[in-house]
Amino acid sequence: MEVKVRQLKRVDLVEVFGRVDSATAPQLEAALQGIMAQDRFRIVVDLQGLEYLSSAGLRVLVAALKQARRWNRGDIRLANVPSRIKNVLQLAGLDAIFRSYDSAVDAVGSF
Amino acid sequence: MPDRFEMTVPSDLANLACIAEFVTHAARRLGLSEQQAFEVQMATDEACSNVMEHAYGPGVAGSISIACELEGEDLVITIRDRGRPFDMRNVPPPDLTRPLADRREGGLGLYFMHKLMDRVVFRHDAETGNELKMYKRRLP
Repeated sequence: MEVKVRQLKRVDLVEVFGRVDSATAPQLEAALQGIMAQDRFRIVVDLQGLEYLSSAGLRVLVAALKQARRWNRGDIRLANVPSRIKNVLQLAGLDAIFRSYDSAVDAVGSF
Repeated sequence: MPDRFEMTVPSDLANLACIAEFVTHAARRLGLSEQQAFEVQMATDEACSNVMEHAYGPGVAGSISIACELEGEDLVITIRDRGRPFDMRNVPPPDLTRPLADRREGGLGLYFMHKLMDRVVFRHDAETGNELKMYKRRLP
């Protein structure tokens, strides 16, 4: 699994590639925590390259989402969610909780 | 065409990826659709993660075996380990209707296993260890 982080002017763009399972979820967590440790809370997670997302990965995303939204300081928004992953989000009841966009450009622009 | 596929690996989270590949391949070979194979792979991944995280203690070496075979029209995944018994009934299901801030983050893996598979049966035997069977009816 690979995570790439790009710091744009106002938003951080995180691209995830491969499988996010119990083994690799900590990497994703570290990347998101690393951004928020810099007091940056507007984050787009581009899931185009995501092959699989387990409950461990969902827990990381949800925990980060709670942190980013605290005091209205920011948000974590999703881009390019593969349909399989959409199904997983729906199964977990999380599809309505994350704002999703069809492209990273749209997601970044939404902030 | 063999009816049964089986693998045994050290109970290590790093092995989840190869277990997933194995189960996906086996499920497809046994006649499941791509979508069904993905669901079986996901349920197995969640189940194996639980074993790896809870059955054996930290620093304790153990192995986990995964079998994939047909029983009539059902694909059956059997996961065996010799770690501490884990009673699924002790874990409450997640409440998906509660606001985000209130939700407990545990229980989601088990919830997925039950939603993605048709039947989940856990057994513990003092001699042979833990056995988890998950069934999925093949679509025509």
